[in-house]
Amino acid sequence: MSVSTGQLVADPAPAAPEAAAARKIEGRSPWRLALQRLAHDRASMISLAVIGIIVLVAIFAPVIAAITGHGADQQFYAPIGLTPDGQPLGPSSHFLLGTDTLGRDVLVRIAYGARISLLVGVVATVITVAIGAVIGLAAGYFGGVTDSILARLMDWLLAIPFLLFAIALVVILGPGLTVVIIVIGFFGWASVGRIVRGQVLSIKEKEYIEAARSLGAGPWRIMFVDILPNVLAPIIVYTTLLIPLTIVTEASLSFLGVGVPPPTPDWGQMISDSQTVYQYGAWWYLVFPSLALLITTLAFNIFGDGVRDAFDPRGDQLFV
Amino acid sequence: MTRFLIRRILQGVLVMWLVTVTVFIVFFIGPGPGQVARALAGKSATPQVVEEVRRRLLLNRPLDVQYGHYLWLLLHGNLGYSFYHDQSVNSIIAAAFPITFSLVLGSAILWIIMGVLSGVLSAVKARSVLDRTFTGLALLFYSMPTFVLGLLFLLGLYYELTIHGIHAFPGSGYTAFSQSPFEWFRGLILPWLTLALVSAATYTRLTRGSMLDVMSEDYIRTARAKGLSERRVIFRHSLRAALTPVVTQYGIDVGVLLGGAIITEVVFGMPGLGFTAYQSIEQQDLPVIMGVVIVAAAAVVAANIVVDALYAVLDPRVRLH
Repeated sequence: MSVSTGQLVADPAPAAPEAAAARKIEGRSPWRLALQRLAHDRASMISLAVIGIIVLVAIFAPVIAAITGHGADQQFYAPIGLTPDGQPLGPSSHFLLGTDTLGRDVLVRIAYGARISLLVGVVATVITVAIGAVIGLAAGYFGGVTDSILARLMDWLLAIPFLLFAIALVVILGPGLTVVIIVIGFFGWASVGRIVRGQVLSIKEKEYIEAARSLGAGPWRIMFVDILPNVLAPIIVYTTLLIPLTIVTEASLSFLGVGVPPPTPDWGQMISDSQTVYQYGAWWYLVFPSLALLITTLAFNIFGDGVRDAFDPRGDQLFV
Repeated sequence: MTRFLIRRILQGVLVMWLVTVTVFIVFFIGPGPGQVARALAGKSATPQVVEEVRRRLLLNRPLDVQYGHYLWLLLHGNLGYSFYHDQSVNSIIAAAFPITFSLVLGSAILWIIMGVLSGVLSAVKARSVLDRTFTGLALLFYSMPTFVLGLLFLLGLYYELTIHGIHAFPGSGYTAFSQSPFEWFRGLILPWLTLALVSAATYTRLTRGSMLDVMSEDYIRTARAKGLSERRVIFRHSLRAALTPVVTQYGIDVGVLLGGAIITEVVFGMPGLGFTAYQSIEQQDLPVIMGVVIVAAAAVVAANIVVDALYAVLDPRVRLH
């Protein structure tokens, strides 16, 4: 008992007893413990640094454009940006990652593309999680008829072929950034709702909920003030794990031509566009945007795994 | 058991009904008043065709009559009519389904073997080099968008090999099994691998986690203590119990994909359900999209019922809830 809890979890090697006894024993909140565990996980910290770099690239995309001297939508015609027969140019000192089918700088467009990926990845995920959390809270807390109706609603959402329906909606509503965010947010919440509902079911039987009720707290107060903070950990874990999925979904929609409309630079769209030229040897136009997308999702997934392990060190498999 | 099944099927019917309502709202109301016939007829439809659509789908009548008519046709197995192709949606889907089925069947076999095997090995040799390799690979493929892997395969194994004179794989398209089993197989290798690798990653993670959970149970210690071989402990006692969440996920994934493996089909130019729906967007052929949505939703609902039934057989406690 002389070893502080944070030390015990973060470092399995037992510390020398006298050293531990000398240290002041202090109480730590579960949040602080989780953050400490996360900070000690090297893979998480590296992936967090990678995410930080991607964010910086997105923010400073205009700077990258200024350094190269190439605008995101600026076309360079043959022979500067295209071969004499109109094919993309490979990587060179002038265009570090080559040019695309219209003679635009792939590097600059990848930098700008990070903006769309991150923006949609984060905003759509937050919308998804917010809707899912509220509905999951209501379903779990009220139970009975409310729960049955909301459960069928979740079944319905999970039964709808998401990609097909998203495509149909985008076709009918017209493409655009907002439409993409709303479509992803609207279809994704069911799985969050299920997780939150499950947690609420066990929490609402606890004594402190009983206490809150005896003190005269209404259902909304109990749901948002007493229960919500206790389901926040799984919600945070789920959010970090959902961001990469959302980024892939956005890229997939753009790949299928129903995402953010051109000429806005977008990774999925660039990869889709590269399909027309990779058979002529323009591998860079396929490979570099793919790498950008893969590195981003990988970094978020590794970080998400780290966050999960930090909040759920016993590996209760709550969030597979 | 029968009561449980009946209840699940009724729930499934309810969900399907909700799906038809959604489809109706999106396609019969979504385009806006007066625009529905135009939208359903397709971009290049003549005014006569638009009028024909309006007449056939009772679009001049109130919405409830329109919905009733739509549902009536669906209940009779009529998924609609593509005015763009001048062909029934049923026949379009019937032509596309075998392609999706071939794709999903092969990759589903591949990914369950790859996923469960790597997951079991990872769990049994937890924290070993083997475990780290498998978990790392799983994380990589889990993060890999399907179209990225598919296109990288095409770049490396089709384009690069072909320009070096090795015609190992076709670049796109689909050959029916009845036409040439060999070409069918050859054309499906890359799509199978693509879909299998991105899907297997989830199963590696799922199996590993589930196995580790089960292997810390008391009855596994008992099994070891009574002197059973390690192989028997792992495969007979642990894996069996660990597979339940895997089976659930498998049923749902296969169900979803049977409604169209849209990305894989588009990347490899295979005219399955997903590709057909995708093409219909460009052609603004909404009736086909509506048909595929209904079929795909039905596949998911059916898969869910099958999974729940299997679950109830495996674990009697489920039936009570």
